Amino acid sequence: MLAKRIIPCLDVRDGRVVKGVRFRDHQDVGDIVELAARYAQQGADELVFYDITASPEGRAVEPAWISAIAERIDIPFCVAGGIRSIDDARARLFAGADKISINTPALSDPNLISRLAAEFGCQCVVLGIDSARTGACWHVHKFTGDPNRSGFAGRETLDWIAEGIDRGAGEIVLNCMDQDGVRDGYDLEQLDAARSICSTPLIASGGAGDRSHFHQVFQTGVDGALAASVFHKGVIEIGALKQWLATQGVEVRI
Amino acid sequence: MSIAIIDTGCANIASVGFALDRLRAGFRVVTTPDEVGDGDRLILPGVGAAGPAMARLSAAGWTAFLAQSSRPLLGICLGMQLMFDHSKEGDVAGLGLIPGRVERLKSSAKDVWPHMGWNTLHDIDADEPLLADMKSGQSVYFVHGYFAPIASYTRATTGFATKFSSVVRHGNNVGCQFHPEKSGPVGAKILQNFIHAPSLEVNVS
Repeated sequence: MLAKRIIPCLDVRDGRVVKGVRFRDHQDVGDIVELAARYAQQGADELVFYDITASPEGRAVEPAWISAIAERIDIPFCVAGGIRSIDDARARLFAGADKISINTPALSDPNLISRLAAEFGCQCVVLGIDSARTGACWHVHKFTGDPNRSGFAGRETLDWIAEGIDRGAGEIVLNCMDQDGVRDGYDLEQLDAARSICSTPLIASGGAGDRSHFHQVFQTGVDGALAASVFHKGVIEIGALKQWLATQGVEVRI
Repeated sequence: MSIAIIDTGCANIASVGFALDRLRAGFRVVTTPDEVGDGDRLILPGVGAAGPAMARLSAAGWTAFLAQSSRPLLGICLGMQLMFDHSKEGDVAGLGLIPGRVERLKSSAKDVWPHMGWNTLHDIDADEPLLADMKSGQSVYFVHGYFAPIASYTRATTGFATKFSSVVRHGNNVGCQFHPEKSGPVGAKILQNFIHAPSLEVNVS
């Protein structure tokens, strides 16, 4: 049976892993390759690396550290940050990334999703969406790595998920901004709504604080749960989390 | 013994190379059949879409070369799918090394598309050298939207939307639908099995 995935997310800035609260005030939490290897050893199913300043700075995530990670670890990983062309994507995939995730550049140029899917296949094109509630629905935000430029992208989240899949995205990572970094549980209502219209794998992001939150979020039918601070700060150990989830009837890879 | 990784132009070649490095197995990346030389194991990796990959392989002369080769060949993911006669993805002709057609996984309310993540191996053929020491229920990493149906070439199966072939063999041509280079210690063992298993005696017509 297909296992639910536990995915540590490593936000990268200037070659180091950092963690902020609600996308701001970043603290250094360690070396990229060392943390990646530690999480792989603990039983992480996949890793995601976001170069959080790449898009605001007009550059793309660096192939050099992608290779350093791929040399060392033998589980899949996805990279994100400033990828805005076929050539950008090719360089990252050839460096050893399994998937590329696009966020702000896809909002500026939605056809980028279609071009990447045609060239590399849907399965390695991930659409990352930063989303927050406004009134009765959720809206997409852009440039979330830069507090001075972040803001509304002018789209409703559920519409953007549907359009992204239609254009060839093979997976959706939904970063629920209202919950990010506060460890109060995933945004179950938003994820439930997203699941009902999302025909590709859906990854929940934002809000994990204790092991019960992972159990709750898998009840919404998401394929994977992404988390950062609870892993970086040692609040939850991945191996122990997966053992516990298995006792709760969640299909996990032990 | 030496390994040649065939450069499909859109594949995740680095990861396969890194996995072989971790096993301390020497290899070369080759773009044309002329470069194979004394390479006695071939790996056809794959990430990408079938159409562009087949176009590049044909242009480089691989179709004719592989049809005549008796070297053990390991196709990975898209590489495995390209070994068949035909792929539904882009409706393209494959290398024709394994008789059969690659189909599209169906999506349903329960099973999303594509199949992505860790899933388990079942119905393992006890005589399959690639799967030596493997046990039913072990997990490997999949990322694919198309599949090879169950048939005489099937050496292991996996279930998602339907039951499909996760390991196939026809003579010295063997393939994994999953990514052994990304499947932790289980995948490393499978790659090691490929490197060390003896070549089968086959007649190439």
